[in-house]
Amino acid sequence: MRRLTPYLLALPSWMWLAIFLVVPLAAMASVSLQTGNVIDGFVMTFSFGNYGDALGTYSTQLVRSLGYGATATAAMLVIGYPVAYWIAFKGGSRKSVYLFLLLLPFFVSFVLRTISWGFLLADDGIVLGTLKSWGVLSADFHVLATSFAVIAGLTYNWLPFMILPIYVSLERVDPRLVEAAQDLYATRGTAFRKVVLPLSLPGVFAGVLMTFVPATADPVNAQVLGGTGNTMIGNIIQTEYLVNNDYPTASALSFTLMAVLLVGIFVYARVLGTENVLEAAAR
Amino acid sequence: MADQSPIDTPTDRAIELEDVLKEYVSHGEVVQAVKGVTLDIAEGEFFSLLGPSGCGKTTTMRMIAGFEEPSKGVIRLHGRDVTDVPPNKRDVNMVFQSYALFPHMSVWDNVAFGLKQKKTSREEIKRRVGEMLEIVDLTGREKRRPREMSGGQQQRVALARALVNRPRALLLDEPLGALDLKLRQAMQLELKRIQREVGITFVYVTHDQNEALTMSDRIAVMKDGLIEQLAGPREIYERPATTFVAGFIGTSNLLTGTATGGVLKVGEGRVLVPGKEGEVSVTVRPEKITLAKQEPSGDVSALPGTVSEVVYLGTYNSYAVRLADGDEITVFEQNAHDATVTAERGDSVWLSWQAQHSYVMGS
Repeated sequence: MRRLTPYLLALPSWMWLAIFLVVPLAAMASVSLQTGNVIDGFVMTFSFGNYGDALGTYSTQLVRSLGYGATATAAMLVIGYPVAYWIAFKGGSRKSVYLFLLLLPFFVSFVLRTISWGFLLADDGIVLGTLKSWGVLSADFHVLATSFAVIAGLTYNWLPFMILPIYVSLERVDPRLVEAAQDLYATRGTAFRKVVLPLSLPGVFAGVLMTFVPATADPVNAQVLGGTGNTMIGNIIQTEYLVNNDYPTASALSFTLMAVLLVGIFVYARVLGTENVLEAAAR
Repeated sequence: MADQSPIDTPTDRAIELEDVLKEYVSHGEVVQAVKGVTLDIAEGEFFSLLGPSGCGKTTTMRMIAGFEEPSKGVIRLHGRDVTDVPPNKRDVNMVFQSYALFPHMSVWDNVAFGLKQKKTSREEIKRRVGEMLEIVDLTGREKRRPREMSGGQQQRVALARALVNRPRALLLDEPLGALDLKLRQAMQLELKRIQREVGITFVYVTHDQNEALTMSDRIAVMKDGLIEQLAGPREIYERPATTFVAGFIGTSNLLTGTATGGVLKVGEGRVLVPGKEGEVSVTVRPEKITLAKQEPSGDVSALPGTVSEVVYLGTYNSYAVRLADGDEITVFEQNAHDATVTAERGDSVWLSWQAQHSYVMGS
């Protein structure tokens, strides 16, 4: 009995996963191969052509999404790593305060936060309006409805998910290791490059995973900040599903996105696999 | 008794501290961790900083390594003022408490780290790391990660990582603290052997008096940021300069009172304190005291008492003897060939020792 206990304890979560992840996925897989319309109903026809059609029509948006996701993730890494470093090594007794401040925006809904960014970046809003009235920017300068606005929004919205895992891995780095490196003739820069950075890579790895995937699939930022020319794959899926009621196309696109992300992650893990990264850093 | 250690007056000075002071601000209050320490450490010497936690010994060592900057005073390494020199530009290496080995590197890469930073040639790194691993008996374990090794092995990696750079001085911060007793004793001998082999100055921080006595040429006993006594192990043990040193190093008995005519009266007994007058405190080591059933004759210190405890400790017996005034005196008696005890619990006995074994502090 005792030997079974851990399995029994894990049973609810397994059932949760089975019911709310596997079942919908299976349903979605089935829908993606059906044909028909919302009035006459959909029938299973094993039409793998759905995938080809969807991809042919929306490859631009898919590629754009991956590009935006990757750019935003890179921006988050550049902005987030120093923040995590600063909190971990210089935060002192106020670490938890800084972490709380970092999470404070989450007390406001995701959509509302994005809309308020829309206000901030509006053509005559607080920032641009002021700069324009000072004559710093020309009157027709705009940020909204550009790819910059979408990427900035994605970066802002997912930044804490980059910072937190990096912070956790940096927090575990014993400051004495840095001292040891310096004692062994390394400059501060070398000590960081040879010791701190390699030891924080698992956090970077996790941070990239936790931000790239949702940022790439996100529909809200493109919708609120992107205007018409910056539609991402998330918006297409949403429209196909909720507006056009073309469930097979929406499902096929969802699966395609999932497959692309999974392959991407797999390649990323193989190329930058934590163990390999650590080996490389030691050289 | 004079100190027998070969280095009593440092000739070639490896490390000099001149009135070094370290202040911290903690919760808005200035705390002095080190309150003006002056010492010279000779080339090739095994020097220990000994004291209880919070005495400033680790801060002193960290200032020698360059991790802390003194608030006042001068630090010289081989005559060169390094007070403001960062740790990576100092010719000393440190063995950290709990080792601070790089967990993401193999044993080989850990040991080679310093040489790589110094841009040593590939062939020389290979040769020197190989040699060093041989000295610390880790040949064949080059590819292991630190976490795959035992505490003792990690300890030796840490030692090799520092020594491979051939520093002018090696700093060791409680390096054996994490090991169990048997391993610690083995490593003490090992450290001594390695120090003889490489001939480098060792500065050793410890709170373990046995460790310091076993290994050191000289010991600085510290308390509250100051050096209480700086001398060879024999002198520190036989001639403690203060009551604190007497109490901290080994076991000792302390008797206090007012002396008249060179004699301190304690109940029916007497303690000889030649040439002393007035308030005195007398320290006497347990192994210097003889235990007898009869009152001893002759020119010795003698005190009557009652045995309150006898503990058999293998190589010796330990007695606790209660004096008339309630003070308890510890006496060690070598376990001789007949393996009998001189007295049992409750016996009335006389304690005696020669005047030279009393260490008297006071006027």
